[in-house]
Amino acid sequence: MTTDLSKAPEPTDSSGSTGSGGSISGAEILLEDVVKQYPGQKSPAVGSLSLTIPAGEIVMFVGPSGCGKTTSLKMINRLIEPTSGTIKIDGEDIRGKSETELRRKIGYVIQGGSLFPHMTVEKNIALVPKLLGWDKKRIDERVDELLDLVSLDPGRYRKRYPRELSGGQQQRVGVARGLAADPPVILMDEPFGAVDPITRQRLQDELLSIQRELRKTIVCVTHDIDEAIKLGDRILILQEGAQIAQYDTPEVVLGAPATEFVADFIGSGSSLKQLSLARVSEVELRKPTTATVGERVADVKQRAEAAGDRSVVVLDERGRPVGWPWLRQLKGDTVLEPTEDLVNIDLRSTLNDALDTMLSSSHGGAVVTGDRDQYLGVVVFDAVTEHIRSLEEEARD
Amino acid sequence: MWDFIVERREQIAYNTFQHFNLVVQAVVVATVIGVALAVLIVRAPALQGVANALSAIGLTIPSFALVGLLLPVFSIGAFTAFVAVAFYAVLPVLRNSVVGLQGVDATLIESARGMGMSGFAVLWRVRLPLAWPVILAGVRISMQMSMGVAAIAAYVLGPGLGGYIFKGLAQIGGANAVNYALVGTLGVVVVALLADALLLLLGRLTISKGTRVA
Ligand SMILES: Nc1ncnc2c1ncn2[C@@H]1O[C@H](COP(=O)(O)OP(=O)(O)OP(=O)(O)O)[C@@H](O)[C@H]1O
Ligand SMILES: [Mg+2]
Repeated sequence: MTTDLSKAPEPTDSSGSTGSGGSISGAEILLEDVVKQYPGQKSPAVGSLSLTIPAGEIVMFVGPSGCGKTTSLKMINRLIEPTSGTIKIDGEDIRGKSETELRRKIGYVIQGGSLFPHMTVEKNIALVPKLLGWDKKRIDERVDELLDLVSLDPGRYRKRYPRELSGGQQQRVGVARGLAADPPVILMDEPFGAVDPITRQRLQDELLSIQRELRKTIVCVTHDIDEAIKLGDRILILQEGAQIAQYDTPEVVLGAPATEFVADFIGSGSSLKQLSLARVSEVELRKPTTATVGERVADVKQRAEAAGDRSVVVLDERGRPVGWPWLRQLKGDTVLEPTEDLVNIDLRSTLNDALDTMLSSSHGGAVVTGDRDQYLGVVVFDAVTEHIRSLEEEARD
Repeated sequence: MWDFIVERREQIAYNTFQHFNLVVQAVVVATVIGVALAVLIVRAPALQGVANALSAIGLTIPSFALVGLLLPVFSIGAFTAFVAVAFYAVLPVLRNSVVGLQGVDATLIESARGMGMSGFAVLWRVRLPLAWPVILAGVRISMQMSMGVAAIAAYVLGPGLGGYIFKGLAQIGGANAVNYALVGTLGVVVVALLADALLLLLGRLTISKGTRVA
């Protein structure tokens, strides 16, 4: 099956993930009747794929193992040469330039980050800018900027070697490296496949927030439909031989799966999956009593009891939440910095991720933060169920 | 024995240095050749069997025999000794380089290419540095082996400490026979230890902290 390009959905700004933010710096990618037949195989790995990937969007490739996702992706940066067909980036045939020239303008991020173990974080990130002949000062500034962007303190991490980083940190550096030369297009192959679920959720949130700012064209392969729903402005669902089963926004894919195959692939609980589309920012936050580190405990208790709260959110001097103790846990004269790690969620997290965090909290809620980890409030179960109910009502109308 | 050494100290020191010199030069050349061959071999999988067989056979040729075989080709002297030492020195370097280069994670290589590094840059900045610890281990083996080969190469009047050993053997029963043999042997051991220490130091300096074990 080939898709009629004219039927490709109009870009929608309602998906929420890239709806606002910087101006588009990505480039459109066009695949026309692209075929890849590996030698010695009966059927092609990719049989005539035609597709438009709009500039500035995240398109997620999903599908069962072996359906040709990676092959399709790698044809875009010519790590694999198509048997036939044309691929254009920004209207230009990718065969018009040398492979190396092409690839330096396409970020490439793969599972685990794939950092070079013999190079420091800094050197890893600086690779492509160096290939492009940037001067040292510009490279240095860029490395700092990128480390900041992926939430790693440059002073601490610049000189480290990959083996001195956690899996999640390595993956962050991998993303930073992919962004290094500010390429309009970024290709990712299961970028978050090798990290634990909590870290994955965080990395996904970070990617979304980076994308809000940069508006690159990102093509990302995953086998996790939930990840596709969460990250994608559009989802490409592929079948054996890279046949397009459906190519549309997550809302449409969830709401109106094109075929039996798509419905099966999404699996049951598609209304639950809608939670991956709704953001914390859409529900009402509660504002329980807060306390600042160093404040007198007696004052805090008085305030909390007056408000009818049995717990308080502790903030540090810079307004970032650091703990959420019950009143009875507040001991001594002044409020101390709590020792246990508080798992916050970002205002732009999906309700799905928020629920995950809430379930593991003894408060039945989660602390919500905004830019630069500033405290915003608390999201609780009731608010989420209320929101689901209103979504369902909307859907019925 | 002590007197024997003191009497000839200048000559012994000179020969020790010559021995060191011969081996180091031969190993340096062998390393360049071994690594270069390995790069070619890794590229063409068909060559791998051939290379393995050749290096296995090469190592079974007695060094004495090789020195003899080389004589008609190159005349007697230092150059023949150098060729003989270098010939053996190539083999461990070659073998380790092939193993080291093949051991580099394929996804790293793909990642490097995907970032737009040229074939040469991938080799120079990714594959060789990652294979380097294994290559260097090969160089150490090679260096140790070459110490002995260089002693034997003294048969064709190569420079170094081998001359003392042959002198000792030739004068068996004579007054200084044991002294000659001992000075030759101990000298080789000392030079070997020294060279090995230098290679360890080289490893410290050239193996990235990110890939060094311990
Ligand atoms: N280098 C290759 N040589 C021959 N066949 C290949 C090669 N790479 C992939 N294939 C085949 O092409 C098909 C598609 O592979 P591809 O790697 O694109 O799948 P994928 O969708 O990325 O799968 P996964 O989710 O498991 O990563 C598979 O049947 C695979 O066996
Ligand atoms: Mg794949």
